[in-house]
Amino acid sequence: MKFLVCISQVPDTTTKITFTPDKKAFNAQGVQFIINPYDEIALTRALELKEALGGTVTVINVGQTNTEPNLRKALAIGADDAIRVNAEPTDAYFVAFQIAEVAKKNSYDIILTGKESIDYNGGQVPTMLGEFLGLPSVSVATKLDVNGSVATLEREIDGGKEILEAKLPFVAGAQKGMAEPRIPNMRGIMTARTKPLAVVEPAACEMLSSSAQFDLPAAKGECKMIDPNNVGELVNLLHTEAKVI
Amino acid sequence: MAADLFQSPDYFNVDDLLTDEHKLVRDTTRAFVKKEVSPIIEDFAQRAEFPKQLIKGLGEIGAFGPFVPQEYGGSGLDYISYGLMMQELERGDSGIRSTASVQGSLVMFPIFTFGSEAQKKKYLPKLASGEWMGCFGLTEPDHGSNPNGMITNFKDKGDHVILNGAKMWISNAPFADIAVVWAKNEQGEVHGLIVERGMKGFTTPETHNKWSLRASATGELVFDNVKVPKENILPGVKGLKGPLNCLNSARFGIAWGVVGAAMDCYDSALRYSKQRIQFGKPIAAFQLTQKKLAEMITEITKAQLLCWRLGVLRNEHRATPQQISMAKRNNVNMAIQIAREARQIHGAMGITGEYPIMRHSMNLESVITYEGTHDIHLLITGYDVTGISAFE
Ligand SMILES: Cc1cc2nc3c(=O)[nH]c(=O)nc-3n(C[C@H](O)[C@H](O)[C@H](O)COP(=O)(O)OP(=O)(O)OC[C@H]3O[C@@H](n4cnc5c(N)ncnc54)[C@H](O)[C@@H]3O)c2cc1C
Repeated sequence: MKFLVCISQVPDTTTKITFTPDKKAFNAQGVQFIINPYDEIALTRALELKEALGGTVTVINVGQTNTEPNLRKALAIGADDAIRVNAEPTDAYFVAFQIAEVAKKNSYDIILTGKESIDYNGGQVPTMLGEFLGLPSVSVATKLDVNGSVATLEREIDGGKEILEAKLPFVAGAQKGMAEPRIPNMRGIMTARTKPLAVVEPAACEMLSSSAQFDLPAAKGECKMIDPNNVGELVNLLHTEAKVI
Repeated sequence: MAADLFQSPDYFNVDDLLTDEHKLVRDTTRAFVKKEVSPIIEDFAQRAEFPKQLIKGLGEIGAFGPFVPQEYGGSGLDYISYGLMMQELERGDSGIRSTASVQGSLVMFPIFTFGSEAQKKKYLPKLASGEWMGCFGLTEPDHGSNPNGMITNFKDKGDHVILNGAKMWISNAPFADIAVVWAKNEQGEVHGLIVERGMKGFTTPETHNKWSLRASATGELVFDNVKVPKENILPGVKGLKGPLNCLNSARFGIAWGVVGAAMDCYDSALRYSKQRIQFGKPIAAFQLTQKKLAEMITEITKAQLLCWRLGVLRNEHRATPQQISMAKRNNVNMAIQIAREARQIHGAMGITGEYPIMRHSMNLESVITYEGTHDIHLLITGYDVTGISAFE
C-alpha cells in the first residue's frame, strides 16, 4: 500500500504573531517552524497502517529549502522518503495543484493531509486535492481503518458522528483522534540522514488568490465585574456599551 | 506541578551553531520530557521514588548511550547530541538525567570502550533498550574524592575471582541488573568487573532519607565473597584511568545537563515575575528582580557557549579531562546559584511543588558533589595551570 502524506510547516504554537510593516505578510523573523500538528496525526496514522498492512509512506511538502528540517523530522518519525516541491506555498489552490501533479505520476492508494494547517486555517487542500485527482475526499476524519480496498472513516457532525466508507484510492484530512502523534527516536534521526529527499520543480499554475492585508484581532478590552444580583445592569451594559444584544 | 510551559532561552543564537539534526535531537528529547517527565516528576520526587515506568520510553527514544554505535544498540550520535539530550533530561529532573548518565556514560561507555566483543554483544543492546539497567560502583564509604584508596578487592581463583568489599552512594543500585564495579586485584591494580544481580553474596540495600535527587534511587553495593567469572572482567583497561575515563564522559554530560536545570529555573522565574503583581506592578518591573534575571540569562548564555565549544572539542577527540572539569564545575555552580535566585523570585510559591525550583535546587546539591566535588575540580584546574598537585 502506498501512502502519501502532505506535510506543511507552521509557526510553533507559542510564537508571538507579527506582520511585516506593509501588513502584507507574516513576519517569519526568528520564528521556529514545526510540522503542522494535524499533519503529524496523518503521518502517524499512515505509519500505523503501513506497519499493519505493509507498504511505503512518502511525505510531500510544497515549500522552500527551509522546510527540509521538518521533512527530515518526518523521515525520522518513520516515513520512507520525502518530496519537496520547490516553491513558495502561496495559496491552497497552488499547493493542492502541485501535490496533485506529483500524485498523478505515482498512483498512491491513500493520500492524507491534516484537516487544516494551524497557521492560515484554510482547510481547503484535502478537498481540492480530491477534485484535482478525481478521487473521493473526506475533509475531516477522526478515525481511519482500511479493510482490503475499502476504508472506513469517522467524521464528527453536529451532535454525533458519521461513519463513511470510501474505495481506495481516496484523500482524507486528519483530525484529532485519528492517531496519537509519535516522538521520533535517536535511531530514527540517524537513519533519516540517508533516506531520499527529492526536490522537484513546480508545475505551471495560475494564481487565483493572494493576501491583501493581515490584521491582528483587536486587543481584549478590560473586564468588568457585575454583581450576580444585578442582572438589570448586565443587560443594560451588554445593550448600550458592548452592543452585542 | 502546574503545566509545563517551558520555553528555552537562546540569547546568543547558539542554535545557529547547531545542525538541524542536533536541533531535532534536542526537540525530540524536550517533547519526551514534556509528555512523560513533567506531569509526574514532582509527585515521584515528593514520594522519593524513582519513576521506573520511564525506563522503557527512555530506551525507546535512545537516551541510553546515544554515542554507542548502532551495531551495539546505540544510535551513533555525536557528543553535542549527547550533551543536548542531557540538557533536556535535566531540564526535567537531575535524577532522570542521572539515570541516563549512569547507564550511558558509566555503564555502556566502559563496556564499549574496555569490554571484550562478547561483553559488548551480551550487554550493550539490552542496556541501550533499557531492558537491563546498570550502575557504576567506584565510591566507597571511606573513599570518595580519593578513589585510589579503595579497599574493594578480588582474588584470583583460576576461572573466576572472589570479590569482597562495599560501594556506597551508587545511583541506580537498588534496581540495577548489572554493576560495573572498580576493585583492586592482589597486585593492587584497579580493574573493572561486571557483577550481575543474582550472583551469590551480592546485595544492593537502598539509601533512604535523601533530600536531593529524590526521584533517583541510590544505594550500596555489598560484595560478600562474590564469585565473578573471569569473562566478566573488562579486559581493555587497568588502573584508575578506567573509571576516570568513564567519569569524563559523564561529567561532560553533567556540564550540559545542569544548563537545562538552570534554564528551567530562569524560564519559570521570568514568567512568574511578569505575572506576579506587588505594589501595583509586576515584580519584573523592579530593578532588583531585573538584576537577578539579567545575571541569570548572562550566566546561562556563557555556560551554553562553554558546552558547545566543549562538545566540538570532544567530537574531535581533543577535549581534555581538565577542560571537562572546568565546564562541570563552572556550570553546576552557575545552575545552583540560579536555582537559588529563582527561588527567591517565586517568593513563598518557590518552596512549593507547584514550581520546579526547589526540586532543581535540592537536586543540584548532589550534582555539585558527585562526579568530583566542586573543590576537587578546582584543584584539577589548579594542578593543570601550576603543574603542582595540591591534593595531598
Ligand atoms: C546522589 C548521589 C549519587 C551518587 N552516585 C554515585 C555513583 O553512581 N557511583 C559512584 O561511584 N559514586 C556516586 N556518588 C558518590 C560521589 O561521587 C561522592 O560523594 C563524591 O565523589 C565525593 O565523595 P565523598 O562524598 O566521600 O566526599 P569526600 O571525599 O569525603 O569530601 C568531603 C569534602 O572534602 C573535600 N575534599 C576532599 N578531599 C579534598 C582535598 N584533597 N582538598 C580539598 N578538599 C577536599 C571535598 O571537596 C568535599 O567538600 C554519588 C553521590 C551522591 C550524593
